[in-house]
Amino acid sequence: MALSGVEIFKHLPKTNCKKCGHPTCLAFAMKLAAKQASLDACPDASEDAKKLLGAAAAPPIRAITLGTGDKAVKVGDEICLFRHEKKFFNPSVFAVAIKDTEAGDAAAKKIEAVKTSEIDRVGQKLRVEAIAVIETAGDPAKFAGVVKQVVDGAPGVPIILVSKNPAVIEAGISHCADKKPLIYAATAENAEAMAKIAKEKKASLVVAADGLDALAELSEKVKGLGVEDLVLDSGARKAKDMIEQYTIIRRAAIKKGFKPLGYPIISFVGRDDALSEAAAAAVGVMKYASIIILNNVEKWKMLALLSLRQNIYTDPQVPMQVAQNVYKVGDAKESSPLMITTNFSLSYFIVRGEVENSKVPSWLAVMDNEGLSVLTAWAAGKFTASKIAQFITESGVEKNISHKELIIPGYVAILSGSLEEKLPGWKITVGPREANGLPTFLKARA
Amino acid sequence: MALTIPKETYSGKIYNVQLGSGAKAVTIGGASALPFLSFEGTFPNRPAVALEVADIAPDDWPETLKKAIGGVSANPVQWAKFCQEQGADIVALRLIGTHPDQQNKSPEEAAKVAADVAAAIDIPLVILGSGHAEKDTQVLQAVATATRGKNCAIGKAVEENYKTVAAAAMANDHKLIAMSQLDVNLAKQLNILLSQMGFDKERIIMDPMSSALGYGLEYTYSVMERIRQAALLQNDPMMQTPIVCDIGANVWKVKETMAPDAEAPEWGGLEDRARAWEVITASGMLAAGADLLIMRHPGAMAKTKELISELM
Ligand code: B12
Ligand code: SF4
Repeated sequence: MALSGVEIFKHLPKTNCKKCGHPTCLAFAMKLAAKQASLDACPDASEDAKKLLGAAAAPPIRAITLGTGDKAVKVGDEICLFRHEKKFFNPSVFAVAIKDTEAGDAAAKKIEAVKTSEIDRVGQKLRVEAIAVIETAGDPAKFAGVVKQVVDGAPGVPIILVSKNPAVIEAGISHCADKKPLIYAATAENAEAMAKIAKEKKASLVVAADGLDALAELSEKVKGLGVEDLVLDSGARKAKDMIEQYTIIRRAAIKKGFKPLGYPIISFVGRDDALSEAAAAAVGVMKYASIIILNNVEKWKMLALLSLRQNIYTDPQVPMQVAQNVYKVGDAKESSPLMITTNFSLSYFIVRGEVENSKVPSWLAVMDNEGLSVLTAWAAGKFTASKIAQFITESGVEKNISHKELIIPGYVAILSGSLEEKLPGWKITVGPREANGLPTFLKARA
Repeated sequence: MALTIPKETYSGKIYNVQLGSGAKAVTIGGASALPFLSFEGTFPNRPAVALEVADIAPDDWPETLKKAIGGVSANPVQWAKFCQEQGADIVALRLIGTHPDQQNKSPEEAAKVAADVAAAIDIPLVILGSGHAEKDTQVLQAVATATRGKNCAIGKAVEENYKTVAAAAMANDHKLIAMSQLDVNLAKQLNILLSQMGFDKERIIMDPMSSALGYGLEYTYSVMERIRQAALLQNDPMMQTPIVCDIGANVWKVKETMAPDAEAPEWGGLEDRARAWEVITASGMLAAGADLLIMRHPGAMAKTKELISELM
């Protein structure tokens, strides 16, 4: 978080010597606060001032990368508390927990679940990104065995090693040392030993403490031991504690520039009941958890959670949109039907998906409406008969098709009359209202 | 470096709005901080959950949902009792049968259903028209009179019909649900218009317009967060009404709550998927500040109430 001019002023020499080109130290401090000057201009600035300003320029929440290669994921580096203030940048990472007692078949099933977790939603590929191996048996060899099973079974998937026993971590990390794993966790009891492993292996490290004061103290201590890539666990497990503690952490980091809490948050939301687990994870997604550890990653659960994450992390200023174009769906020919929709990603992908389901090759004209849905665009006067007519005419689609029939969304049936006037020679057909009516509709015509 | 808990100073507070009467009355609102942040404010009332009942058999509801309701859905009175047994805080009766495109039922028929339902339950009642702005004026007028004394919430008052609907609520001592279209300024504007015609702002529940998970949830979410901030941080009296989210109607028409397993194998089992869709939508609205949720699936409601307990 940026410092105010007055705060910066306190750390300047206060001699008003003008060497920086400003009449007073205070004037210079104001320029610094506004980021219109650099501290280098003051030859007499103390080391203390340089450190302070350097720290203030660092992002309020440190960016941490889990894993390496094309499956690596970045978390942290957020700058606001509410998505409407700017946007949330680095989506929460979902990880499934595999206990060392699950070695063998149970672990294999979860590994498979992660590998097949990818879904395609509104043009984005979403998946469970990581795997956490959890020590429960106190047995380094057993733990290392599961780590190896994960590394071999899901190559490249980032790993979180969970044990408070340094010997166990040591054994596990031997199978993934070069893969930038995340170690869970340094506590007041084992901080030195864990920091040593993290430093040696260039791993990221969770600091775990009960309560925020203890957490801040511990993160400073671990940082002092030379580990910078830290992640926080305040011990919150109940939804209430998650919202409260994560809010305080995020606020302290972003609004107060409080460095000891300026790291991403890890959240363990495991519950016996799968739907309760999903609800707790949802709270984490909305309220600042960067890494969310689930007991299980059932497909239905992940569909809901990944959709929520996508919603929360979209840019509130710019709706997701696709390029204006006449798209070919399947092996469309001259005689294939022509439909129109708007360029809101959601509208486009839903409609396209249903046209694909119908197996009827088609042309899909997508008109630029600044990313608004069909009804919203219509209500905003951006999906009107004259604008559609102009788009169809200028698109050149007539060269690709041998007919002159345009199918419009059922919700804008009201446009059909005026469209026939604006597009002389064209037949306007009103399609179903909901896109899921398209397969039946298209098949009936084919 | 010691941590000082960064607290907000809130100058505003959400109005308390009571529905129903007697032992089962429900009060919503009252929050003096952003959702669930008890370290800097108080939350005298937990968010309430209403289960929806329709005045006609809901043929267009997905199978999973019909199954969860059981055999009572052809009879609104039985259905409302069922909701009460299931642990709903409130029953939300939607008079969808009055819509001209549905069965175009008369205001008198609607009034009778509403009165019968109100008599059959002792938890509070929310009564919603069909969403046809013009027809709703007559329907809600008749319904409001027929349920006088029950301290219901009636709605939805919208830009096109707010005067008549609000007058009906006012004349019969009901609370009012006022809906605007996903816009902070429009929400405020409607509350101002209602106040200007003499409707007590402390009897309004605002509906910022809901949307389902995956289908615009983020718009509702951010509009609500902004409304709550205006209410609490800027102390804007026109934003301090409790918020209702009418989520069931949005959730149970999207593909994720309908597509059979075979059609979408990569989406997991329909039963779990559909219920989760309503619960996760609810969780989003709760985090953004909902004081009242209108839901459809009894199991999803139960799970949502569990989450609310965990959040309080
Ligand atoms: C989210 C939303 C917004 C967002 C915009 C989101 C976006 N990027 O478009 C915001 C908040 C900005 C917004 C603003 C407005 N909105 Co708005 N909005 C909605 C909401 C809640 C969801 C829209 C949505 O995303 N739908 C999902 C997409 C996928 O739907 P779709 O594009 O229509 O596609 C479906 C079908 O049409 C069909 N389909 C699509 N293409 C095709 C093609 C063919 C050939 C076929 C057959 C079918 C088909 O398939 C899709 C799925 O079934 C709806 C209400 C609702 N629940 O539907 C209101 C709604 C669309 N909005 C409405 C209005 C009035 C407005 C505003 C004018 C109000 C205002 N606040 O001033 C503004 C106008 C915007 C502007 N810039 O001026 C009204 C429109 C009323 C009407 N019938 O005219 C609605 C219906 C709300 C209502 N009930 O009153 N809105
Ligand atoms: S150069 Fe440094 S000491 Fe001199 S006026 Fe500028 S800020 Fe002050």
